[in-house]
Amino acid sequence: MTIQGWTYLLVGITFTVYICIAIWSRVGTTSGFYVAGRGVPPLANGMATAADWMSAASFISMAGLISFMGYTGTIYLMGWTGGYVLLALLLAPYLRKYGRYTIPEFVGDRYYSQTARVIAVFCAIFVSFTYVAGQMRGVGVVFSRFLEVDVTIGVIIGVAIVFFYAVIGGMRGITYTQVAQFCVLIVAYLIPAVAISWKMTGWAIPQIGFGGTMLEGQYAGMALLETLDAIHRDLGLPEYTGAWVNGKKSMIDVLSITMALMVGTAGLPHVLIRFYTVPNARAARWSAMWALIFIGLLYTTAPAVSAFARVNMIETLNEQPYMNAPEWFKSWERTGLIVFKDRNGDGLIQYSGNVDTNELNVDRDIMVLANPEIARLPAWVVALVAAGGLAAALSTAAGLLLVISASVSHDLLKSVMWESMPQHVELRMARIAAAFAVVVAGVLGIYPPGFVAQVVAFAFGLAAASFFPILLLGIFDKRTTKEGAIAGMLLGIGFTASYIIWFRFIDPTATADQWLFRISPEGIGTIGMVLNFIVAITVSRFTPPPPLDVQNMIEDIRSPCGTRDIS
Amino acid sequence: MVVLLSIWFVVSYLLGIVFVEPLNQFHLGGFPLGFWFAQQGAIYVFIILTFVYGFAMDRIDRRHGVDNTPSSASPKDFSETSE
Repeated sequence: MTIQGWTYLLVGITFTVYICIAIWSRVGTTSGFYVAGRGVPPLANGMATAADWMSAASFISMAGLISFMGYTGTIYLMGWTGGYVLLALLLAPYLRKYGRYTIPEFVGDRYYSQTARVIAVFCAIFVSFTYVAGQMRGVGVVFSRFLEVDVTIGVIIGVAIVFFYAVIGGMRGITYTQVAQFCVLIVAYLIPAVAISWKMTGWAIPQIGFGGTMLEGQYAGMALLETLDAIHRDLGLPEYTGAWVNGKKSMIDVLSITMALMVGTAGLPHVLIRFYTVPNARAARWSAMWALIFIGLLYTTAPAVSAFARVNMIETLNEQPYMNAPEWFKSWERTGLIVFKDRNGDGLIQYSGNVDTNELNVDRDIMVLANPEIARLPAWVVALVAAGGLAAALSTAAGLLLVISASVSHDLLKSVMWESMPQHVELRMARIAAAFAVVVAGVLGIYPPGFVAQVVAFAFGLAAASFFPILLLGIFDKRTTKEGAIAGMLLGIGFTASYIIWFRFIDPTATADQWLFRISPEGIGTIGMVLNFIVAITVSRFTPPPPLDVQNMIEDIRSPCGTRDIS
Repeated sequence: MVVLLSIWFVVSYLLGIVFVEPLNQFHLGGFPLGFWFAQQGAIYVFIILTFVYGFAMDRIDRRHGVDNTPSSASPKDFSETSE
């Protein structure tokens, strides 16, 4: 069977499974719709959180990015896993202990202020929409490359599927679909990685093969990473494992981006909301651990995939005649994601670190999707990767849509505008909001704003600068007042947003010397977070303390978990 | 908790980033050590930290006799009041 035939088969099977799960898990209460009736076991929630968290960016783009960045790619590896330590230790159990349905709801109650709640709602909606646009785009790309349908039709199919299980099944439907999607995506990620590792180094575990020695080719017997460094030196590129060499990011930038991504992870509403679905605080702690194990499985494999793909790509293409270029090269060339320009007219593909003689441009997003083909794995593996990419994109999109829906129906409509809204009306509103959000997401996927990638950095920066400090202080500092929290959030968001807008859209040519402390816009959320902390704490000391019942509530959140004993 | 967070900080920011170059002079199999911490080791350590935390908190819960009371049933939980 051809790659296309296999892809239709596997995508068809997985989509059928998702729909069956949705029908089986449909819900009729707001508790079921928002938090899956709080009955999700920690292991299942760990898988759902992992699928929720690992988006098209993690599955499709990340290994490709690392492949081109070498050491510096660690900002994504550590940045997108380290946040779970913060979540497990500092946020998840306490937020679960408090209960309720949404993050803005916690902010509103803890800071006894509807204003704080509304600000939080807008942050949550903004962060979620920027994210969801990227997911839908990922769906479109996979459809157009592997099923050879139009991107628009691909997005519409994706929207229809998400619409079906998110609107009918709510959080319960999403949770159990995400469990299935996690299984699909991790299998799809590991099989090609194991096969390639086995082929190149003789180790079946990519995490070990990554540090193994090359079996074949002119570098046989040399360590894989040493080989990569040698290849890079020959091509005039910075060494793959080198850290602070020319052409890579500076130490202060790597530090602040890693911090912004970690803290941003811990402040993302669609991740936080997952911990509301488990029965109690203890289950929240353990599901954070399971989530990190499942995420770690992919995240420790990714850098290995990057290194294998890098060696393979350069060895397969560099100094080879264009006439004999493999089939996958031609198919990606048709999509415009690989560009070859024979500058010196010798008919050979020459890859080089020198922009004037380099003849090959490969889009970083295609490395994972093209990897099985580059390594000449069978057609069904290629199709499996396509199904996995779709699972990753759809699962994240669904989680984000639920946050948007809950923010609109529960936080804006019910609490701010119509407090006595009956449950069945609220449930209908939540479904309408979800349906509306799905359609908007689809439109954003078909007509993507030209800056989706930049906007994702924006989402993390904002989450880091707004939610994280406020949630942390809300739990651990009884003295933080509503004035402090509002001032902190506004300043954190305002500063981060204007810095990113300035250096991304108004003055994008600025060099590192013009950046504040030489920190790039991706990492500025760290400074925004620090400002938020400073302002929130200072303002709180000059304003009247929170009411007694709020102080008691904070005691209650913390005490049954026994944290006072060790913190 | 303070100890666990310190380990989190040391492994990711110090071993993985600040001291990556000096550590790269040592090797772990085919890996330069600093590079290994940044792209592999840190993630393993994160997993161990969350595990140790879950374990330690379970012990504290048991000592306080709250381990077998699902918190959704306890009067101190706010989750059901909103329904």
